[in-house]
Amino acid sequence: MTTTRAATATGTGPRRADGPRKAAGTAPYAYEYPVADLAYIAPVQATVARGRVLEVDASDAEAVEGVLTVLWHANAPRLEPDPDLSGLQRAAELAVLQSGEVAYRGQVVAAVVAETFEAAHQAAAQVTVRYEQFPHDVDLSDQRSDAVAPEEDHRQGDTAGAEPADVVVEHTYTTAMQHNNPMEPHSTVAHFDGAALTLYESTQGVHEVRRTVAAIAGLDPRSVHVIAPYVGGGFGSKGPLHAPTALATLAAMALPGRSVKLALTRRQMFALVGYRSPTLQRVRLTADAQGRLSGIDVVATVQSSALADFVEQAALPSKSMYAAPNRRMGHRAVHLDAPVPTWMRAPGECPGMFGPEVAMDELAWSCGLDPIELRLRNEPDRDPHTHKPFSSRNLAACLHEGARRFGWDGRAPVSAARTENGWRVGLGVAASTYPVVPPPSGSRARIRYEGEGVYVVSLGAADIGTGAWTALTQVAADALGAPLERVRVRLGDTTLPEASLAGGSTGLASWGSTVHAAAEAFRARHGQAPEPGAEAEADLPDNPDGDDFAMFAYGAQFAEVRVHEATGEVRVPRLLGVFAAGRIVNSRTARSQFLGGMTMGLSMALHEESVVDGRFGHVVNADFAEYHIAANADVEDIQAHWIDEEDPHVNPLGAKGIGEIGIVGTAAAVANAAYHATGVRVRSLPVRLDDFVGA
Amino acid sequence: MEADITLTVDGRPRALRVDTRTTLLDALREHLDNTAPKKGCDHGQCGSCTVLLSGRRVVSCLILAAAADGAEVTTAAGLGDEAAPHPLQQAFVEHDGLQCGYCTPGQVCSAAGVLDEAAAGWPSAATPPDDLAEGSAPVLTDAEIRERMSGNLCRCGAYAGIVAAVGDAARAHAPAESGGNR
Ligand code: FES
Ligand code: FES
Repeated sequence: MTTTRAATATGTGPRRADGPRKAAGTAPYAYEYPVADLAYIAPVQATVARGRVLEVDASDAEAVEGVLTVLWHANAPRLEPDPDLSGLQRAAELAVLQSGEVAYRGQVVAAVVAETFEAAHQAAAQVTVRYEQFPHDVDLSDQRSDAVAPEEDHRQGDTAGAEPADVVVEHTYTTAMQHNNPMEPHSTVAHFDGAALTLYESTQGVHEVRRTVAAIAGLDPRSVHVIAPYVGGGFGSKGPLHAPTALATLAAMALPGRSVKLALTRRQMFALVGYRSPTLQRVRLTADAQGRLSGIDVVATVQSSALADFVEQAALPSKSMYAAPNRRMGHRAVHLDAPVPTWMRAPGECPGMFGPEVAMDELAWSCGLDPIELRLRNEPDRDPHTHKPFSSRNLAACLHEGARRFGWDGRAPVSAARTENGWRVGLGVAASTYPVVPPPSGSRARIRYEGEGVYVVSLGAADIGTGAWTALTQVAADALGAPLERVRVRLGDTTLPEASLAGGSTGLASWGSTVHAAAEAFRARHGQAPEPGAEAEADLPDNPDGDDFAMFAYGAQFAEVRVHEATGEVRVPRLLGVFAAGRIVNSRTARSQFLGGMTMGLSMALHEESVVDGRFGHVVNADFAEYHIAANADVEDIQAHWIDEEDPHVNPLGAKGIGEIGIVGTAAAVANAAYHATGVRVRSLPVRLDDFVGA
Repeated sequence: MEADITLTVDGRPRALRVDTRTTLLDALREHLDNTAPKKGCDHGQCGSCTVLLSGRRVVSCLILAAAADGAEVTTAAGLGDEAAPHPLQQAFVEHDGLQCGYCTPGQVCSAAGVLDEAAAGWPSAATPPDDLAEGSAPVLTDAEIRERMSGNLCRCGAYAGIVAAVGDAARAHAPAESGGNR
């Protein structure tokens, strides 16, 4: 292997550091650590959507050979009733088996721990639970009088009386309930020796797990050790903790000395680890005849849970997206007898850029304008929400570059104009945005010189597939002036310095800036010729520009859609995104992040929908046979590009975060292209063949 | 009920006693400490658990270990390791056909199966009818690879890289060498 010059590591595309281990299958995920004295946990889930557990008859289950214990609220170890948790956590969701109250169907009401997986699952099926059942309510609608506004609406001017209003677009747009479904099920292996707790956990942040589990279990955080170097995806659901982690903790406390293992079944993941709320977005745009917006009004109705609150911020992105003097953005939350929603890739922005970006397309058609031109006419010169200048805003450049690469100019200015071999063909565009979320404080990194030119960089960050491992190696190599091959990065363990959660696309900005600071501290203290064993640590530096600018990444997504004339089948033969997200540290893994987001956006556009049966309160299509995600053959020509963007204000690396923006706007681009192909406007996701048949 | 079985896993003979309800996947993961095959669904719906059983790709969560007694099993770890990767594994890394890596060992085994199946002349739904008529080995175009690899879901959305990786390996995989499926 040749030695890569350190000064050039950032911006190049070294191969994924963890790639060879993952391709060989030797990288261990949470459930796969060889531990002694194993036992298996099988949860028992509520079969009523609201009620109270009166009694659990475990006699048949206990008779199954190999069963160690059956836990329910009458015999489970007690957790702290009022734990001190971070704002990310929902205490009620984590109070597993602490009372008999059932707040949603599928909630954990008992659990079997047994010597074998087979015995645990057999016994779980033989636990009899008697309930007092109460009426439940799982019906989301935007016509409900009990919807609450979680905060005051954001208002500027008067949207109802916005003038000019030569053109008005006013519709309700809906997005479906979605489940994150990382490929690795949520898993925990827990061991409690009576004093110290060790958790192998599938998580986006080991330190957050430590803090939370220590708080609920009443332990000193220093006696909780969390290990998670390899994580099989999360997309938000492995950010905040959910009931299964608390259940595994309880089981470990009930059986000190045993290593208890829990991996959710795919079906259980549809009840126990959160989801993206469905959204109903009432969007009203007013504009003059030339397409200049006078008003933007977005009110999003979403569902939350009666157990604990989580409000999908679907109206949020409209606050800063386009200029208009009159604006209102608000949320209405309906609290249902349903599981607690959670983060799912680009929470807020992802569903929240569907309605408004389709509405913009409708406005363009109404004004007889190219949808790119319409967006350019409504570019704000400062953030319309905060009135701060943008640290950089290159939406226009993304639209232009995307149009050029995609061949937008040849697009017919009328809909339903092109048919090829029985397929109606159309092109569509939509904008993407994602904020530069201020990285949470508290990250710290350590750099140690091992001798022979080797540096070890340590922090408790998580690489959930983002490429953080590789990118942090590059950042450290550049900041140290060391060759890439001589830098080793250690991640995913609470024995390493504290690191913030992988979330909000903050990973590189937060951990990268911290590693950068640690490297500078190392050189300042030890110079260019350190002794072996030399160390330095540093905290995430404050951003002096943090309060002075509005900071966002932008993108433009282009889709070619084919709708079959006879069957209505929808295909997306081409998808192209151009992004402006600051400096790209690793071109290879960054492309994968963008493409992965766009692929999930395509999946949202065409496939994903969790269907709730109101009579029983559960998701009925709770597996991969019926909850469809994009498969290989659904993705054809897919391309991600980016423009060179220098932004000195966001952080020392100039990187804006790329994990989420790729999913934002994709579904709108697909729906807009489907309209161009067919003249049928679909305002509800997923876009389905029955939208077109007979239309 | 338990059964004593033997399996040859990645070239090594292994004897074990399993619950007759134990799947081949759990036998590998829980009893033989071979965690290269992953459990993504346990229902035959995701492909994460794909291994080669006597050279053919199968989802190991749908096979009972007791029914596989005597079988020869190859997991991704048996195709190659970090030090000496299989050309497919190398191509996956080169094209970044993975992110979280959880589906990857299954993708790699599945891809190995695809190469052999195509070399043996097996058509797919994406094989052009004219090629079918000729009876020659199908050419692994991108469309063929997408179709044949669609039993392996990747939530990270690494499909573009996967198709490029399998395409590279297919071009390097001389049909004459493979001898088809045993
Ligand atoms: S685990 Fe076997 S197909 Fe999903
Ligand atoms: S790489 Fe994460 S599921 Fe495929």
